[in-house]
Amino acid sequence: MREIEVSTVTATIKDMCIEANHFLTPDMKARLESAAGTETSPVGKKVLSQLQDNLKIAGEEMIPICQDTGMAVIFLEVGQDVHFIGGDLEEAIQEGIRRGYVDGYLRKSVVKDPLIRENTGDNTPGVIHYKIVPGDKVKITVAPKGFGSENMSRVWMLKPADGIEGAKKAIVDTVLEAGPNACPPVVVGVGIGGTFEKAAEMAKEALTRPVDTPSTVPYVADLEKELLGTINKRGIGPGGLGGAVTALAVNINTYATHIAGLPVAVNMCCHVNRHSVRVL
Amino acid sequence: MGSSDVISLQVPASPEELKKLRIGDAVNLSGTIYTARDAAHKRMDETLERGEELPFDIRGQIVYYMGPSPARPGRPIGSAGPTTATRMDRYTPRLLDLGMAGMIGKGKRSKAVADAVVRNGGVYFAAVGGAGALLSKAIVSSEVVAYDDLGTEAIRKLEVKDFPVIVVMDAEGGDLYAEVGNNPLTNK
Ligand code: SF4
Repeated sequence: MREIEVSTVTATIKDMCIEANHFLTPDMKARLESAAGTETSPVGKKVLSQLQDNLKIAGEEMIPICQDTGMAVIFLEVGQDVHFIGGDLEEAIQEGIRRGYVDGYLRKSVVKDPLIRENTGDNTPGVIHYKIVPGDKVKITVAPKGFGSENMSRVWMLKPADGIEGAKKAIVDTVLEAGPNACPPVVVGVGIGGTFEKAAEMAKEALTRPVDTPSTVPYVADLEKELLGTINKRGIGPGGLGGAVTALAVNINTYATHIAGLPVAVNMCCHVNRHSVRVL
Repeated sequence: MGSSDVISLQVPASPEELKKLRIGDAVNLSGTIYTARDAAHKRMDETLERGEELPFDIRGQIVYYMGPSPARPGRPIGSAGPTTATRMDRYTPRLLDLGMAGMIGKGKRSKAVADAVVRNGGVYFAAVGGAGALLSKAIVSSEVVAYDDLGTEAIRKLEVKDFPVIVVMDAEGGDLYAEVGNNPLTNK
């Protein structure tokens, strides 16, 4: 049994909230840079070059990449041989978010109640997904999620007869419907299979997979590539102003499902596809 | 569609100047603009419903749909890019009819907004979504003028210098997003 102080979790999450909002991961950065080379439309080129400048200013001057610094989504993979000590783990995570957003000059975008809508003032609570895994490590992923793209996400409860063509159509239609609203070039996170909520969670998690790492399932990897090609022929382009770079990647995760169902969840993410990953 | 040269425009601008803008025009705005997003729009709408005056004179002004991140010490503002304009659609025709000259945001607008833009000779500009750090550099000063309790959603008066935008909807009824959506790349 390995003991981990929850205060370590708090301090780590605080740092990760600030890091994720000012620096993209190397794979995202590289993909955005190469996109500038493939874009053909003048306005698309201009937008992509503004995004390059934006990233540079964000990192050098510590101004968040986007003013929507998101709702903090946390994936916690906890080794089953870990024992947390020194307090309540969930509270420690929320405290990490609180300190990151308050001390890090990040925007407070969370309301306490979805209908009454009073801002909590510290961007808590975040949304936490726990997974118990073998071992004695803790892997933390902090993925602040902006809502311009979140609002354009969909869960499609397709039927088995809709098949792979139905799934493709659901994914492409979601991206087209999102259009300029999701701040293209987008990253498309997809979950196929499971149940209603499992599909949505997989779609969110797919966004945290590096954009240069295809699915380990060969036919799914092919599907990712094919869909990226299809989407980028639709001409939405950077900023939705026209061009060849509408999506930077399509990441698909799959899971077993019921004989009667074919859930397809599409979690849209903008080019500010933020996440920070650390292992304790 | 407009030329590739960048137009410099002092704001607030005259109705004649705004009417000349065409979709696709790249424009650098300098002067004064106001910010308002969801919560401020709701409050302004409730104010009008009660028959009261808006907290600032909206006539002739450009409203930027934006809620900034907090400014670090010594800076006028934090990250400051556009939010999705679609969510303001419900309130926008009324504001245009009251004399609001135009809007800056990102994302699609409703038919009712497009009609109100034409009816009033307005304009809808897009700024690049997700470029909040870059756009903040074009903001010289920021001052809360109403609804301070709304935090990031308060109404702010901004002084901007060469703030880069693109015309997405113009007074002739042009809609750049619609044109883009109807023109998939046919090659390859
Ligand atoms: S969708 Fe992304 S890039 Fe666009 S405003 Fe929201 S967080 Fe920023």
